[in-house]
Amino acid sequence: MSLLLFDTLLCGLLLALALASMLSRQLSHAVILYIAFGLLMALAWARLAAPDLALAEAAIGAGLTGALCFTALARQGKLPLSPQVSWQQRGWPVLFVLLMLSGLLLALLQLPASPGPLPALVLQELADSGVSHPVTAVLLNFRSWDTVLELLVLLLALLGTLQVAPVPVRQNSWALGRSWSQLLAPPIILLAGYILWAGASQPGGAFQAGALLAAGAVVLKLNRQLNWLAWRNIWVRFFAVAGLGVFVIVALAAWLLPGLAAEPIWLRWPPEHAKYIILLIEVFATLAIAITLTLLVVAEQPATPISLERPDTAGGSDD
Amino acid sequence: MTELSGSLLLFLITAASLVAAGVYGFIIGPEPLRRILALNIISAGIFMLMVVLAYRGYDGEATADPVLQALVLTGLVVAVSATAFGLTLLARLKPSSSEISAPEEPEQ
Amino acid sequence: MNSAGELSVFSTIISSLLLGIGLLFFVAGSIGMLRFPDSFSRLHAVTKADSLGLGAVIAGLMFYSSWWQNLLMLFIWLLVMASGAVSCQLLARFCKAKQDKA
Repeated sequence: MSLLLFDTLLCGLLLALALASMLSRQLSHAVILYIAFGLLMALAWARLAAPDLALAEAAIGAGLTGALCFTALARQGKLPLSPQVSWQQRGWPVLFVLLMLSGLLLALLQLPASPGPLPALVLQELADSGVSHPVTAVLLNFRSWDTVLELLVLLLALLGTLQVAPVPVRQNSWALGRSWSQLLAPPIILLAGYILWAGASQPGGAFQAGALLAAGAVVLKLNRQLNWLAWRNIWVRFFAVAGLGVFVIVALAAWLLPGLAAEPIWLRWPPEHAKYIILLIEVFATLAIAITLTLLVVAEQPATPISLERPDTAGGSDD
Repeated sequence: MTELSGSLLLFLITAASLVAAGVYGFIIGPEPLRRILALNIISAGIFMLMVVLAYRGYDGEATADPVLQALVLTGLVVAVSATAFGLTLLARLKPSSSEISAPEEPEQ
Repeated sequence: MNSAGELSVFSTIISSLLLGIGLLFFVAGSIGMLRFPDSFSRLHAVTKADSLGLGAVIAGLMFYSSWWQNLLMLFIWLLVMASGAVSCQLLARFCKAKQDKA
């Protein structure tokens, strides 16, 4: 009963925050409400027996997305209130959304209460996967395709962002913020290492560790630290690509090397080596995710900026 | 009509409503940044839906569906990278947005 | 929660009292944030009342868990308190700089 009360409160708060974020007339309020929404989502994941997601969401949804949205807000400068939308203008969208919602609910209520055959299959094969935490086993063994392609998506997003990165927003950093971010760095590195290591048997793993490292690096970068962590540094480029590269090379090796596996299948690890293969991939994936997310959030101007502005507006960006 | 338990039903309805709220915000806008936030709220609703589906078999000793949770974990990271890319494009869009619908634009 | 049945009446009362005090401080801090007129007093309400409230909640929860969990919770409280103090300072300085400029 008390759990149902908690659920009702949580769901009500989530809905209220999302609606308020969408309906508020001031964009800065919308962003702040959205960040609060992300924090509560982490709580919802913890409630729904998904601690892996709660860890990732706390670092990504509340930390990185918040920094991203505030940077975007700072770029927009002072904004007027968004115009009042009249009820006639709201009518059709509301009708459409309500229709969509009722259709969605109608479809969802037909769902059976028992899960499909997949969880049982995962648990059955878990002994051969090299790790004992089911989510890590799915991510890095049973469905490695997803993870490979996800690293590729991250890399593509980073390359795209670096191509069009705008002039960074000038911000001054105070000594207090600087020393506090330096003080936070060791615990964050320690915690990320622990989460990465614990991912084999408990909630945790490459994504959460990478996101946590990125959150720490973003705080440091916003305080004008870590100047070496930029795309012009060849090692940064190497490690950003190495996450994907090591994954593919290991997969090729496991596929092609004779005698390593009885029946080689693409992206399937031989059970006796799986533990070390997964650890190797995870270490490089963590570094790649951390670097990519950091550079995505605090993207700096490339060395040879391409100008998207027309010549007459290019001089308008005052400094 | 349905065989889902009370708590699950509550979270399911919340997830669907989050999607609806996001779609509404996406339609009404009007600022591009708010539309990006709306897309994020839609994705939060969809992730929640998947996690609720994963939670169906969970009863204390049996684990929740790890396949769906792994998919959502992948989705979270992809969503934040897409958001970052969208916001960068948005920052580039800004200088010319004051003269949106400029008729003497040669292209488009 | 698993050891809640083993608690004596005395420690149950103490821990409930501490949890109640913590919630009271949280509510007071939130009301302060909503009702106070300017940024400085709002910051004051949120950071001070909430760190004290969190400390009381953690002290109340300590009756329920093992010693290393207690140690972790204390560490978390210290981190939250320190980061609250730092972000309060930074925000207040930002507001001051903006006020001086205007």
